Amino acid sequence: MKKLLTGNHAIAEAVKIAKPDIIAAYPITPQTSIVEKLAEMVENSELDAEFVRVESEYTALSVILGAITAGARGFTATSSQGLLYMYEVCWWVAGSRLPMVMAIATRAVGAPWNIHGDHQDIIVLRDAGWIIGMVESAQEAFDMTLQAFKISEEVSLPFAVGLDGFQLTHTAEVVKIRDYELPKRKPLPYTIEPSSNFALNAVTFGIPKLKARHEQAKDLEKSKEVIRRVDKEFPVSYGGLTEEYRLDDAEYIVVMMGGWCGDAKDAIDVLRDKGIQIGMLRLRFLRPFPRKEVEKLDGKILVVDRSNSDYRGVLGLEVSTVKHDIKNVVTGFGGMELDTQDFVKIFTKFVNNEMKKDVEWWYDSA
Amino acid sequence: MLEIDVSYLISKPKVGAAGKTGLWRQFKPIVDEDACKCCKVCVLYCPENVIEVVDDRLTIDYEYCKGCGICSNVCISNAIEMVKEGLE
Repeated sequence: MKKLLTGNHAIAEAVKIAKPDIIAAYPITPQTSIVEKLAEMVENSELDAEFVRVESEYTALSVILGAITAGARGFTATSSQGLLYMYEVCWWVAGSRLPMVMAIATRAVGAPWNIHGDHQDIIVLRDAGWIIGMVESAQEAFDMTLQAFKISEEVSLPFAVGLDGFQLTHTAEVVKIRDYELPKRKPLPYTIEPSSNFALNAVTFGIPKLKARHEQAKDLEKSKEVIRRVDKEFPVSYGGLTEEYRLDDAEYIVVMMGGWCGDAKDAIDVLRDKGIQIGMLRLRFLRPFPRKEVEKLDGKILVVDRSNSDYRGVLGLEVSTVKHDIKNVVTGFGGMELDTQDFVKIFTKFVNNEMKKDVEWWYDSA
Repeated sequence: MLEIDVSYLISKPKVGAAGKTGLWRQFKPIVDEDACKCCKVCVLYCPENVIEVVDDRLTIDYEYCKGCGICSNVCISNAIEMVKEGLE
């Protein structure tokens, strides 16, 4: 079945198929229409889930944390300041090795105030031990959300599905609603019941804490294989942790993630028509970071970022841990939406070797 | 299938899981045996589970008693006094 859906409603449709036991969320732009749709589904009895209305994002994720500790399948969604407000609990969920899925409609972080799209919010999850995906389309938002439950439950780590605020959340496209049966929720390594005679997350000193972070990091690393396998087994394969676009003979390689990759691919087509051998490695995952896929790249690399840390773009930083001598463009903040012509300009400057600095903050947009 | 090790997250009750916590004590609960009616309210309230009644007398395991003073507070007979360590 095909439906005309916004990115947010595509996620809600996928969550409906996943049949979570519990949804708790607090509204925030541009995420709100995900949980509004889910609330509607629960109200109409299309979805048999407990929908808990809370007074903050901190509580939203805390409610889920309690429920999944007892073995429930949980979902929430947030953006920007909301993600920051629930940040502490993000660490408790991941550190307790609990699976769940959270959609993040990516948005700028204040100050100064801005409710529009970029990637500055989702990157704060990098160190917490979450699996972090970024999609390019409403269809991929639907597909990744379904896969997220499966992957998350297999490795006992929480999964964040990122989709660009407004660019994907509030634009509609035709989405194929797949006939996809999710396996029953895998039993946790532990479950808290009224009769349980153990304590969870008691105080640790030194070595056990090191061990806890090490195990988490190892399993996040192992999730790469699970992500690749689930992607292959799915009705459509996106390429695993990354998607390659016209990369085979590319001398110039653009590395990006998120919704604007579609516009950038059109720009690549424009340059290809002029005989320039350029292609894209689209990162579908920020965590676990696809090191092997980046390592394999053979050509001049340009990373285009919608978030920064220090003076560099965040993907620029990540890629530079694998490849040296890269160029990095930082742009597209706070709803600055670049179109194909903008990318043609950026890529042309890169190909012509006119980028003198390693990092360029790009202001030129139509 | 991935084997997930969560042993470091789970703790089971046992005596002295955090070491000889009695060393943390600043004030020591001293029982006035004439005043004590053996009602066991202190036994119920002790967060460390170190008070027991043996032969109708209170015994406190000072190896693990942290000296929080809750027993003294809840005692309805004012039979437990908190005395600075070393002055008892």
